[in-house]
Amino acid sequence: MIIDATDRRIIEATQAGLPLVPHPYAQIARDLGLSETDLHDRLRAMQDSGIIRRIAVAPNHYKLGMTANGMSVWDVADDRIADLGQKVGNLDFVSHCYERPRALPGWPYNLFAMLHGSSRAEVETLRDQVAGLLGDACRGHDILYSTQILKKTGLRLRQNKA
Amino acid sequence: MTPDDTDRRILNHLQEGFPIATDPFAVAAAELGLEESDLIARLQAMRDARIITRFGPFFDAAALGGDFCLCAMEVPEDRFDAVAGMVNARPEVAHNYRRDHRLNMWFVLATETPEEIDRVARDLTGQTGCEVLCFPKLREFFVRFRVAA
Repeated sequence: MIIDATDRRIIEATQAGLPLVPHPYAQIARDLGLSETDLHDRLRAMQDSGIIRRIAVAPNHYKLGMTANGMSVWDVADDRIADLGQKVGNLDFVSHCYERPRALPGWPYNLFAMLHGSSRAEVETLRDQVAGLLGDACRGHDILYSTQILKKTGLRLRQNKA
Repeated sequence: MTPDDTDRRILNHLQEGFPIATDPFAVAAAELGLEESDLIARLQAMRDARIITRFGPFFDAAALGGDFCLCAMEVPEDRFDAVAGMVNARPEVAHNYRRDHRLNMWFVLATETPEEIDRVARDLTGQTGCEVLCFPKLREFFVRFRVAA
């Protein structure tokens, strides 16, 4: 799906969040000069095509006690990664799961899975579950904990394509 | 504030999705057995207390155009702050984390084209004297991550 200038305005108007009022979509449509039906249709089209992953609440996992997160990295046999990567992604404590290229010789890992728990000890038991799932398809792994946020900016939409 | 059992039910339920409808809070409230006004008030309180980070559509950044790449560097400790300054000064660097590993600086580049990813990585390698390793996403696996509230 190719998004047009109106879709782009909808993204800009909603990426910080929906208004907490009884008719949030009507309010956004009014602000953008659209009909509410048109807005619904465009949101559904973007949802169907995957541009909108979902419309939902994102809880602050730190405030709910999930204070430890580790980037686990795995060296998985190339002919098994498609299947096993999806199984790792399906674990309910894995928030991001990607296949990435190795950087040999120093970096043999090709599967990245972010693990979340209430402590490093818990993250390490989660790591053991991933290791059990990968079995003999895994030749090595590591966990990298973040110790400092050096920079964090939100998604910025490009302005010149509208 | 501390979320109560009803707040926790709301968080668990609305992580799964929120409807596109004329009166979406009434729809969601009915699913939860709550009044629409109570649901809105609780969401407002949790947003104000930053228990909710975001409430709304989550967009796939790559689908909006542009290119993204996870990068890492091995930075000598005595130059860490100086290198972090050079990396963070680039507008293409979206976020940057220190991690406890030989590769101790991990950041994401966001540019309009794949060529620009390579160019920025080469520039930063030259400028800092630390090789920038690029780990582009080859495949993304679907996740069902939810925070148990």
